[in-house]
Amino acid sequence: MIETLQMYFQYPFVRYAMIVGVLVALCSSLLGVTLVLKRFSFIGDGLSHVAFLAMAVAAIFQWTNNMPLILIVTIAAAIAVLCMGETTLMKGDAAIAMISVTSLALGYLFMNLFSTSSNISGDVCTTLFGSTSILTLLPEQVVLSSILSLAVVVIYILFYNKIFALTFDEDFSRAIGVNVSFYNLSIAIIIAVIIVLAMNLVGSLLTSALIIFPALSTMRIYKSFKAVVISSAVFSVICAAAGIIVSILAGTPVGSTIVGIEIIAYVVCVIIGRAAVRA
Amino acid sequence: MAQIICKNLVVGYEGQVVRDNINFAVNKGEYLCIVGENGSGKSTLMKTLLSLQKPMGGKIIFGDGLLPNEIGYLPQQSTVKRDFPATNFEIVLSGNLSHSSFFYSKEDKDNALDAMKRLHIEKFKDKCFRELSGGQQQRVLLARALCATKKVLLLDEPVSGLDPKVTAEMYTLVKELNEKDNITIIMISHDLNDALKYATHILHIGSEVFFGTKSEYLNSDLGKQFTSEIRNNIICENCGKKL
Repeated sequence: MIETLQMYFQYPFVRYAMIVGVLVALCSSLLGVTLVLKRFSFIGDGLSHVAFLAMAVAAIFQWTNNMPLILIVTIAAAIAVLCMGETTLMKGDAAIAMISVTSLALGYLFMNLFSTSSNISGDVCTTLFGSTSILTLLPEQVVLSSILSLAVVVIYILFYNKIFALTFDEDFSRAIGVNVSFYNLSIAIIIAVIIVLAMNLVGSLLTSALIIFPALSTMRIYKSFKAVVISSAVFSVICAAAGIIVSILAGTPVGSTIVGIEIIAYVVCVIIGRAAVRA
Repeated sequence: MAQIICKNLVVGYEGQVVRDNINFAVNKGEYLCIVGENGSGKSTLMKTLLSLQKPMGGKIIFGDGLLPNEIGYLPQQSTVKRDFPATNFEIVLSGNLSHSSFFYSKEDKDNALDAMKRLHIEKFKDKCFRELSGGQQQRVLLARALCATKKVLLLDEPVSGLDPKVTAEMYTLVKELNEKDNITIIMISHDLNDALKYATHILHIGSEVFFGTKSEYLNSDLGKQFTSEIRNNIICENCGKKL
């Protein structure tokens, strides 16, 4: 088994997949804690469908390096959702649901109407479930993904105290002079970046899993915010690495394998958490 | 000069005026109770004082060296944070964000520890917030407010949902902060009984707005009307007799 792995890791595309996979897993887990606790779990889902629409449009025009376009569109959608949440015209969850289904439908429609590819369902499947995209990364995509992931980690560490305060009590933070709107905007942009990065790894339908599972699992065990954040990063990295290795050895799709492993790990965390309560 | 002066203040939200013509001033070391029925605009006034929303008219003037973000705030008990994983120390520390930038300094940490000691909750430092009782949680949030300011505390229904014993303890703590540390207290309450026991000044908002010292309130028509039921329990400060 180890020899087979060694053989695979001689290929640069496998190494790229591993580097990007681990980095994306790391940064997607960080903000998961905030999203789950602020009852924003569905934002990831909605935004990833917007990213799917952007990807479909890029595919129509046959742009191979589609990441800048997807990034811009998703960031714009994240800001729009955030602004809708602040006005009471439409409640946050309804806005997200609307944006989510609209972009999913339009994305599929555009792909069907305008695509020049002979294998439309294959293309759709790839974008939705990321079946092979992590293994077909171009070197410049690897560089861009790595830079963005590291930027997310650095910004998260710098803003950590503010993010904690905002997650725990937004009104209090605003009252003591924290620029809440600015940090909410930053969080929205970071989430958009994370989703675009995560799409390469697990496809647009499964990005939410990468964001919420680490937080949901470690919240069962740990009692301090710092411990939850650090352990969910570790959780996410281990699951992603394990998922990539399993999918290489067993020939399964990368995205769903990672999510499958995360579900198992979640159950393990629930059991540990229950046992800790009883002890 | 007074720390906070409201002149002809109009409060409301989404273009709707909830209460207008609010006039009052709070000086350093005073204990102001804001009373009024549900829906009278107490919470809206509080949000306006905290700069969470803009006044719809009139002015709030901060004086005596007080900055708008130097008001420590104790929110109403909420059940939203039930599953929040955070130690009490992490929560108290976050009060320091009123003056600290990226990371907490040694001073910030000492500040947080000191606030917890004053409220006798240092033993819960590394415990999880969700494991505490309602009264203990309120103390943690009060300690956080103390980290944010040494000048003015704004308490929004600080004892709602607490049992009588814990309520009395909470009031004693607040009174101590007011008297020993000379921290100005602004407390919102719907319980006139408690308000009249501890406050030096009363702001009554409702269809009529009244502002004055406690004895002025008790002698006003509005005060007489609203306190008629509980007057028997109030002891006059000057003569020690029941009113």
